[in-house]
Amino acid sequence: MTSLFREVTPGTAEEIPVREITVTVNGQRRSAVVEPRLVLAHLLRQGFKLTGTHTGCDTSNCGACTVLVDGRPVKSCTMFAVQADGHEVMTVEGLAGPSELHPLQEGFKEEHGLQCGFCTPGMMMASKALLDENPSPTEDEIRWALSGNLCRCTGYQNIVKAVMWAAGKLDGETAEVQA
Amino acid sequence: MMKLRFASPEMLVDINEIPDLDYHRVDDDGTIRVGAVCRHADLERSSLLDTRQPTMAAAAPLVADPIVRMRGTLVGSVCHADPQGDWASVMTALDASIIAQGPNGRRSIAVRDFVLGPFQNALAFDEIAVEAVVPTPRGMPAGGYLKLERRVGDYATVGVAVAIDRVGSQVGRAGIALTAVGPATIAADAAAQKLTGRPLTADNIGEAAELAAEAAQPKSDHRGSADFKRQMVRVFTSRILTGLLRSEEEAA
Repeated sequence: MTSLFREVTPGTAEEIPVREITVTVNGQRRSAVVEPRLVLAHLLRQGFKLTGTHTGCDTSNCGACTVLVDGRPVKSCTMFAVQADGHEVMTVEGLAGPSELHPLQEGFKEEHGLQCGFCTPGMMMASKALLDENPSPTEDEIRWALSGNLCRCTGYQNIVKAVMWAAGKLDGETAEVQA
Repeated sequence: MMKLRFASPEMLVDINEIPDLDYHRVDDDGTIRVGAVCRHADLERSSLLDTRQPTMAAAAPLVADPIVRMRGTLVGSVCHADPQGDWASVMTALDASIIAQGPNGRRSIAVRDFVLGPFQNALAFDEIAVEAVVPTPRGMPAGGYLKLERRVGDYATVGVAVAIDRVGSQVGRAGIALTAVGPATIAADAAAQKLTGRPLTADNIGEAAELAAEAAQPKSDHRGSADFKRQMVRVFTSRILTGLLRSEEEAA
């Protein structure tokens, strides 16, 4: 079986039916030669070995594969890798800094926002998109924003609390910077 | 469609990168135009639709789920021609058209002629749908969209789109269309005709709801029995129209 992708240096793609694409993933420019049918989730997981993005349902239902494309949340199982060419992708691996967790990751830890953890990367990326747009969401707004992400373990209560926690922490950080 | 092996195209052209197709706007005469790459989320957040086209404003936040709405488009949904798709009903209730563009120029196709069957539309192989056009209202537009779904993001169990244009105390024009209760989107024209040319009253709302339920062709499945779905068409039609009647009475 031939590989669906091959990481290359730019300008070396030649065979049809593959395409050479360049995607900025978590701030880093990466090029790859991919078959047009490859979905973004598989490029991230199998191509770039960023296995934090999970594939759950493969049909845009569960939201486990949610990543940000140009800052907007997208279910990466329902977008072709070639469609990300020239765009910026952020995965769950892009959340943490070199030495500390992102407030969302801390929040999920503090509030026990996960049990099995399968849906967690998607929950965090959908929450990141929400908090970027609305830094102090109400509980209802969080539930609305996460309504495309399924969790089979938690009953969602602690996920919502985790996002509230993160919003509080981010708000505190902003206040510190301003002070 | 490709993932489920319903379609295996030899070539797929991505229209997302075509510039200037992401608009939605209201012309001076009240015509609404939605470009092919305008996302559901753009319509959901639109400041135009609340007053200019309430049926569309009601439907936008109910399509799929918030993340899917970031990528999906109204024009794409109509082209997809899924009998469970929300926008085809809304566009049918509004007498909207799709503008197709090909090597021989542009042509306009009424949405009710555009959808040929499940997952089949009237586009020629060398055409793309570039715009949806909602015609100028014949009065003050009012309406709503209600959808029953088992959970956010599931297919509709039942959806009802109602759009009326008010001229004084009369209904100048009415459109009612049904989602997910037949092999294709259903235009409940007899129900809409009951409302046209007279004021909204509890009586003609009841008659329209009954005719809408009669127009439905639901099948029993895991989402509910045919009788239950037909009843929900009746309830939703009545609920939307009664809400309009109430707001009319409150305004008076």
